Amino acid sequence: MAYGGLGVAESKPADYPARRVAPVVLKALEGASPTKLAVASLSFYYGRFRALKDISLDIPEKRVTALIGPSGCGKTTLLRVFNRMYDLVPKARAEGSVRLDGMEVTETTRLLELRQKVGMVFQRPSPFPLSIYDNVAFAPRLLGWGRSRVAEAVETAIKDAALWDEVNDRLKDPAASLSGGQQQRLSIARCLAVKPEVILMDEPCSALDPVATLKIEDLIDRLARQYTIVIVTHNMQQAARVADFTAFMLMDTEERYGQLIEFAPTTDLFNKPTDPRTEGYITGRFG
Amino acid sequence: MIRGLAMPRGRRRPPDGFRLLTGLVALAAPISLVLIVVLLAQQGAPAIWHYGLGFLTSRAWNPVSLDFGALAFIFGTLATSLIALALALPVGVGVALFLAEPSAGRLRGAIGIGVELLAAIPSVVYGLWAFYVMAPFVLIHVEQPIVARFGSVGILSGPARETSLFTASLVLSVMILPTLAAVSRDVIRAVPGGLRESSVALGATWWETTWGVILPAARQGIFGATVLALGRALGETIAVTMVIGNRPEIPTSLFAPAYTLASVIANEFTEATGQLYSSALIELGLVLMLVTLTVNVLAQLLVRSTTREARA
Repeated sequence: MAYGGLGVAESKPADYPARRVAPVVLKALEGASPTKLAVASLSFYYGRFRALKDISLDIPEKRVTALIGPSGCGKTTLLRVFNRMYDLVPKARAEGSVRLDGMEVTETTRLLELRQKVGMVFQRPSPFPLSIYDNVAFAPRLLGWGRSRVAEAVETAIKDAALWDEVNDRLKDPAASLSGGQQQRLSIARCLAVKPEVILMDEPCSALDPVATLKIEDLIDRLARQYTIVIVTHNMQQAARVADFTAFMLMDTEERYGQLIEFAPTTDLFNKPTDPRTEGYITGRFG
Repeated sequence: MIRGLAMPRGRRRPPDGFRLLTGLVALAAPISLVLIVVLLAQQGAPAIWHYGLGFLTSRAWNPVSLDFGALAFIFGTLATSLIALALALPVGVGVALFLAEPSAGRLRGAIGIGVELLAAIPSVVYGLWAFYVMAPFVLIHVEQPIVARFGSVGILSGPARETSLFTASLVLSVMILPTLAAVSRDVIRAVPGGLRESSVALGATWWETTWGVILPAARQGIFGATVLALGRALGETIAVTMVIGNRPEIPTSLFAPAYTLASVIANEFTEATGQLYSSALIELGLVLMLVTLTVNVLAQLLVRSTTREARA
């Protein structure tokens, strides 16, 4: 598979301020990529309320896909279907199909396996009340890995999350002693530890300051060629900066269900949207 | 212009009526505490001078020969309270976990109210229930089978009796359950929802999330609930008096009768004749206060040292 295109992660300079002033480079890649998550006619209900209607999209493998749209359009709800987080909500149910490789996500009973393959990073950093090391070792231990394998996974994960230099001499310290941005990278390390295939990110930067945000975006860039990343964001510039593909969602004004309006390579969606509603949103006319 | 800002530095605000009034009212609590201790010490003085520190280490309690000591009662108080705590803590935390569970629905409301109502039952009613209902039941279905099987083990030896250290601990554990459950529930509910979600998203089951994340996060608050409950258990009087058997000895078996500081005071103060006897009882009151205070201070120190560890 050959990918042409702009802004591949490795070619990006590491100095953050330069990126901030540089013009936004849209970095969607041309060409086909195999599908990792195949969503087909997905509807989602909270009790009798329909929150998502008839959503179909193919999320490509080892690419960053952004879900954008105004508040209440169902982006987070859609994201939470992918690892069955909605199981925590009473009376929530999904109809239709979400296939992860061969696995039917909405029906599987092998939740540990699903959640090992599909990791999630939340809006607010949520370190467990444990040490830095034990936080990252949490998921490997759930899988019953041996001591040395856990140690290895923890080190690799913290390194991959660009946190190693800051914490390697204090792995036994409580995770709560880290700064907000470090805590969020710890959350990413925690989910990288079991080598997931897909990483779901629910507005991972919305609780962070600009510098910490840049570090997370940089990290997403670096992870983008090894993992399939789906990121929900309120911030269109962020979507443009980090995502190869972007899906625009909108709430139906009458029945209030969320629907998918347009899904395209990020460059196309931002430069030549096909739907007038997409255009209206990205040019700031509503939302 | 705000008046406070115009004032020169270093000069204090003039006293106003409100501050004076609230200050006086707030002082009432510590003043009463000091007065109580002073009065207890004054009234107990004859016994304190007569028996000295030996009062604390003597097992004797003989009103006829005026031979008094507090050790058996101190033991009874601490033993009943600690056993009650050991029995009630797992149940209380279990109830709290259930009540804090967001998906439990209507049943949760009913159970929550039920647990809180347990706290509204007067002690003497607990005592009646324990004496007429719980003790006979426990004798036949718990004590006797245990004695029959494990009677050779010292602290489980017979004969099983209705009124014993064990029965008193059991009724105490029921009485402190609402405190443990209600406070723990609030603490567990206060654990940020993101922690639970993150844990579940990593593939943890409900049990793994609860053991690995929720309980560690709520640990300190649950400890606080334990201290509150212990305070209540140490001072509980009437219900314990009705089922502990009231024998001033350090029992060798869980199923033998014992006595607590609070019980002996309640039982004997009306019939205490002579200055030394009554002042010995008052000194027991002072000892009870000291025991409660010591346990509380120790608990607070323990909480502080664990939080410092967590912060370091």
